Amino acid sequence: MNALEIRGLRLRLPGTARPVLDGVDLTVAAGETVALVGESGSGKTLTSRSALRLLPTGATTEGRVLVDGQDVLTMDAAHLRTLRTRKAAMIFQDPRAATNPLRRIGDFLTESVTLTKVMTRAAATERATELLDAVGLPATVLDRYPGQLSGGQLQRVMIAAALMGDPTLLLADEPTTALDVTSQAEVVALLDRLRERFGTGLLFVTHDLGLAAAISDRVCVMYVGRIAETGPADTLFAHPRHPYTAALLAAPPRLDAPAGRLAAIDGQPPDLRQELTGCAFAARCRLATDLCRTRAPEPVAAPADPGHLAACHHSELLEGSAAHA
Amino acid sequence: MNFLRFAARRLLEMAATLLGASFVVYGAMYLAPGSPASFLLSGRSASPAALQAINQQYHLDDPFLVRYLRWLGQVVRGDFGRSITYRTDVSTVLADRLPATLLLVAMALVIVLAAGLVLGWIGAVRGGATDSTILVTTTLAIGTPSFVAAVLLQGVFAVGLGWFPSSGAGEGLGDMLWHLTLPAIALALYLIGMLARVTRSAMLEALDGDHVTVARSRGVPERQVIGRHVFRNSLGTVLTTSGLIVSTLLVCTILVESAFSIGGIGQLLELSTTTKDFPTVQAVSLIIVALFMVVNLVVDLLHPLVDPRVTLGSRRNDA
Repeated sequence: MNALEIRGLRLRLPGTARPVLDGVDLTVAAGETVALVGESGSGKTLTSRSALRLLPTGATTEGRVLVDGQDVLTMDAAHLRTLRTRKAAMIFQDPRAATNPLRRIGDFLTESVTLTKVMTRAAATERATELLDAVGLPATVLDRYPGQLSGGQLQRVMIAAALMGDPTLLLADEPTTALDVTSQAEVVALLDRLRERFGTGLLFVTHDLGLAAAISDRVCVMYVGRIAETGPADTLFAHPRHPYTAALLAAPPRLDAPAGRLAAIDGQPPDLRQELTGCAFAARCRLATDLCRTRAPEPVAAPADPGHLAACHHSELLEGSAAHA
Repeated sequence: MNFLRFAARRLLEMAATLLGASFVVYGAMYLAPGSPASFLLSGRSASPAALQAINQQYHLDDPFLVRYLRWLGQVVRGDFGRSITYRTDVSTVLADRLPATLLLVAMALVIVLAAGLVLGWIGAVRGGATDSTILVTTTLAIGTPSFVAAVLLQGVFAVGLGWFPSSGAGEGLGDMLWHLTLPAIALALYLIGMLARVTRSAMLEALDGDHVTVARSRGVPERQVIGRHVFRNSLGTVLTTSGLIVSTLLVCTILVESAFSIGGIGQLLELSTTTKDFPTVQAVSLIIVALFMVVNLVVDLLHPLVDPRVTLGSRRNDA
């Protein structure tokens, strides 16, 4: 069974002309790492949060979000609590903001499992100690307050906290953005190790393409609430089939490139107050034709690889070309 | 030993403040027009001999500093002198009247904390129509001065319904509690409104915190999310406000005691000021200053318990 299966997820917010998430399909198999990449506002955080039904107020949804085979969007309060304590857990972007500065780390680690009576206090403390050891922190941290730990240490605590209920799915929402570069590498390596050790599926949300390539088995590229392209990490980065992915890959500044203007994708993502006809990327795409502006493309598999899907009318134009063409 | 050092430093500071306050309190009465002698004679013209006798009895002829230091020496030994109006020791008058005031302030404080916190909590958590109702009610409460509330409460519950006595402090604890209920409510009303609003906004701010979303995302039951992460985090603000509340209670008790004819130190201060009863005014003012300082000290001592990021009196944080 898949750790996470999202089918046709459509999410609308009040005051917007079109869905913020527009038919998202995404699968994370048990034990698999999937990277969800995209620029700010593309809906990647909303998508990952939907797995815990952490939706903004006033949001309406269509489609299905299955965690461990159960639909998250329709389940009752009791099942939702079980989901959140034992099946799926999220590691948030800023560990400093995600912990209550007035409560001890031990309290933070154990509160979800003890308050929902999944474990006794003693058992929870024992598990917390084990997990702290697994993330490389001493048991003395239990008595500390968040203000006494560094950002990197605190993110390790967050990872330990996410593993408390032994979940089948870990959601990491840009877990390294708020950290310095050294702690970033440590946290990513740690996540990968723990995913393997505990056999959890991992959905890794990031806008860092290099990081996505390094950590994931598969990558989903999101643009304006839709999955533009999805495929195995190595082939997707080597042979992008969607112009947006290709443009993203060309965008990072390179040390060996001649000095001058940075490569950027022209234009802005479309405004949420504006309805969309056709492909969301059409206005910024070099390959766009009238077809692109009138009909939204469906995801189509690559001839050579059924797991490599791109939602583009002209993906054949990119096939066979190199990544940085 | 952090605590002992802190306590020692604060006590020294308090002594210095009290010394400064004593000078101001003693000096202020002499800047005001009128003298005790003229009050004692209550307008009658007196023979120079009688005037001199009075001046001598109260040492009114000595230079100011000499009088101040003599008075200070006595106060340090617990002797506030003799009241001009009551013709007994001021300390006896105070001992008679302090319990009523302290009980009244304590009752009002309990009412303020209970009602203010509950209303603030409900307003912040429920929102919608409940919140609006609470906002309107608390605005009304804030806009009602305690002496107006006193008259209204007397009119309705004492005169109209006859549930409570309209004046006096009563004898014995039970009777006193009964007598002081209306005054305590009159005193509390404005502050309930204030505390409710402070609690509400502090909780709304805490509700916005990421750690609240995180707690929810981990399946922590909503009531505990509110208790452990929202209300708990607003306690620092509530504590600081509570210090302010007690200080306000000590001041407003003057008005309410007068309205309900309660023989507390508030009423004593009012009467002795109008009668130029120097020793009594000085003693009461000094006691109110001392109570203020004790309240602030208690708030400061409690703060580290409420917020671990606050350490007692240290300017550097140990890692």
